[in-house]
Amino acid sequence: MQATDTETGGTTDAEEVAKFEAMAAEWWNPNGKFRPLHMLNPCRLDYITGQIAMEFDRDLSDRAPFAGLRLLDIGCGGGLLSEPMARLGAEVTGADAAPGNIRVARLHAGQSGLKIDYRCATAEALAEAGERFDVVLNMEVVEHVARPPDYIAACAGVLRPGGLMITSTINRNAKSFALAIVGAEVVLRWLPKGTHDWRRFITPDELYGMIRAAGLEPVDRKGFVFRPLAWGWALSERDLSVNYVTASVKPG
Amino acid sequence: MDNPAPTRLSETMSPDTDILIAGGGLTGPALALALADGGLSVTLIDARPANTRTKPAFDGRAYALALASRRLLTATGVWPVVADTSQPILGIRITDGRANSGPGRHSLCFDHAEIEEGPMGHMLEDRFLYRAYLKAMQDHPGITHLPGRAVCSQRVAGAGVSVRLDNRQTLSGAVLIGCDGRHSGVAERAGIGRTGWGYGQTSLVCAIEHELPHRGVAHQHFMPAGPLAILPLPGNRVSIVWSERDRAARDIQALDDGGYLDVLRPRFGDFLGNISVSGQRFTYPLGLSLANSFIAERVALAGDAAHGVHPLAGQGLNLGLRDAGALAEVLICARRRGEDIGAGQVLARYQRWRRWDTATMAVATDGLNRLFSNDNGALRLARGLGLSAVNGLPRLRRAFIREAAGLTGDLPALMQGRQI
Repeated sequence: MQATDTETGGTTDAEEVAKFEAMAAEWWNPNGKFRPLHMLNPCRLDYITGQIAMEFDRDLSDRAPFAGLRLLDIGCGGGLLSEPMARLGAEVTGADAAPGNIRVARLHAGQSGLKIDYRCATAEALAEAGERFDVVLNMEVVEHVARPPDYIAACAGVLRPGGLMITSTINRNAKSFALAIVGAEVVLRWLPKGTHDWRRFITPDELYGMIRAAGLEPVDRKGFVFRPLAWGWALSERDLSVNYVTASVKPG
Repeated sequence: MDNPAPTRLSETMSPDTDILIAGGGLTGPALALALADGGLSVTLIDARPANTRTKPAFDGRAYALALASRRLLTATGVWPVVADTSQPILGIRITDGRANSGPGRHSLCFDHAEIEEGPMGHMLEDRFLYRAYLKAMQDHPGITHLPGRAVCSQRVAGAGVSVRLDNRQTLSGAVLIGCDGRHSGVAERAGIGRTGWGYGQTSLVCAIEHELPHRGVAHQHFMPAGPLAILPLPGNRVSIVWSERDRAARDIQALDDGGYLDVLRPRFGDFLGNISVSGQRFTYPLGLSLANSFIAERVALAGDAAHGVHPLAGQGLNLGLRDAGALAEVLICARRRGEDIGAGQVLARYQRWRRWDTATMAVATDGLNRLFSNDNGALRLARGLGLSAVNGLPRLRRAFIREAAGLTGDLPALMQGRQI
C-alpha cells in the first residue's frame, strides 16, 4: 500500500512511510527486526511512567495510575508504548501514518484485551480536528519526519494547557554516526540498513529550540545509554550523546 | 505475534487474577506475599489441606534462614511473627571428621562478630514459619489461598494462562508460577525437562535434645559417608541433617530412637552432653534436580521446582526465597511500567537473573560434597590444610561468612532491606 503526503495530509515523508509498512508485521516479534526497540522499551517506559506520575501526581503502585488521562502516542507503530499506557489506565489514542502499522496495532490490542483508539493519522490532522490530550508521546519519530519544527508545533497543538510531551530522538555527532548507523545497522545488524538517515538526527539544543518555538517549556532531559555488560539500556543524567529523551510542558 | 489469528472473546476477557501460584510450601507463600504487597492479585493453589503443618507440637523440621532471607520475610511481615521462636546462629564451626575418631584436628570457625550485619542466620522451625505464612496470606486482601486443591491441567490461551483444579474449577491469570517442588507438575505440563542425578545418599533429619548449652553455634562435620550438620534451635535443642549412603540411612532410620542415637553418638561427639530424639525423624534422598529452563510461555518456576540442590549448605529455602524476591521484583516493576507481566521478555529477565546463581550453587554444593564425602588419605590431608588455611585468612573468612549469610551476588531489593 502506498501512503503519500496528500493522503495523510502532513509532514511525513512518503518513502519513510513505505519503509516502515514493510516492517509492520515484525513489530511484536521481540527477536525480529524490532528487537532493539523491544530492548529499549523497559527503559523508555520507566522514563515515560516516571514523568507522567510526577507531572500529574500519580502513584505507580496504584492499579490504574493513569486513569482519567487522555494520551496520544504519535508514530505508535505496532503499539509497543500504547499498550502499556492503556494497561496503566490511560485513555489512549495511537496514531501512525502507515496504515500497515495501524492494522497490526489494532489486531494486537484485541489479542491483549485492550481498548485503544488506533488511527491512521498525522499530528497535523489531529490538531486540525480539534483533538486535545493531557499527554503526547513523541518517541523516535522526529528524526523520521520531513519538517521537524512543523511536526513539533503540530504535536504541541494537540496538547491541553498543563499537558506533558515526551520526545525522544537521536543526537547528531560523530559518536551517534558510529553507534546508530555503523554499529546498529552495519556491524550488529540490529536495524535494517537505511532505517536511519544520520543527516536527519537532531541535537538536544536544536530540539529544545523547536520545543520552545512551539510554545512548550522543556523541563527534563536524559540519555538512553546501552550498557554492553548488562546487555540492556539504562537512563543517564549526563550522557545524551546518542539516544536521548526530553519532557516538556505546555504552560497554562 | 507471528500468526495474527482472530481471537475468541473468552480469551480477551480480563483474567480472574494476575498471578496463579501452584504450591504452598516454603517458596510459594513468600512469593505470594511479596507480589501482593506490590499490588498484584494472587491466587495460591495449595495441595495440602490448611490444617496440616499447623499443629502446635514440634514435628522435628527446621530451616536455616540466611540474613538476606530474613530481610525478605521482614519486608513481607512474616519475620516479626516468628522472630521470638527463632534461634540466632552466632557462629559456624566446620570440621573434617571420621565416624569413630570424632571431629578432626583441622577446623574452620566463623563468628558473626566478623561481619557488621549481625547474626549470619537464624534457625526457624517449620511449624512456626508455616503458621505465620498462613496467617499473613489470610490477612492479605490481595491473596486468595485455596488449600486442599490440586492443579489438574494448564493451558496457555491468548494473553493469559488458565488452570483446571481437581474440583473442576477453572482459573485464569497472566502468569502461572510453579512452586510445586522438585517433581513440579507445572514444569512437566509446560514441557520443561530436568537435569540431575542422585548422590546415593539420604539425609536423616530430626531434632535432638541435649544437656549442655549450644551457645548458638552451628556445626558441620564432614564425614566419609556424608556431612552431619548440627544446627542450634531455641533452648537445649539442635536440628540435625545427617547424610549417609542410601542403604545405611535406610537401616538407621529403621532403628528405634535408642538404636538411632547409638549410631549417631560417635559422629555427634559429646560436646553437648547427653542427647535424646525430640519429635519425628525424617529422611530425604539427596540429589540434584535442575529444571532445564526456569520459564516457558506464561509459566515461571521458583524454589525446588526450578532447582533442587544438595541440602548440605542449608541453601534450599534460601535459594527459593531469592527466587521469590527476584521474581516479585521483575513482575512488580513490569506491572508498574505497563508491560504485559506474562510476556516472554519479562519472564526472561527473571531467568537471566536467577538461573546462573542457582547453577553456581548447585555445582558448588555438588563439588563440596564430592570433595568431602570420601575417605581418601590425600584428600583428607588437603581438606584439613584447606580448612586451616581459610581459618588463617580473615578476609577470606569474612567472604565465606557473607556467602553463608546470603549477602553476595545480585540481591533482590527485598533482600537488601529495600521496598520494590
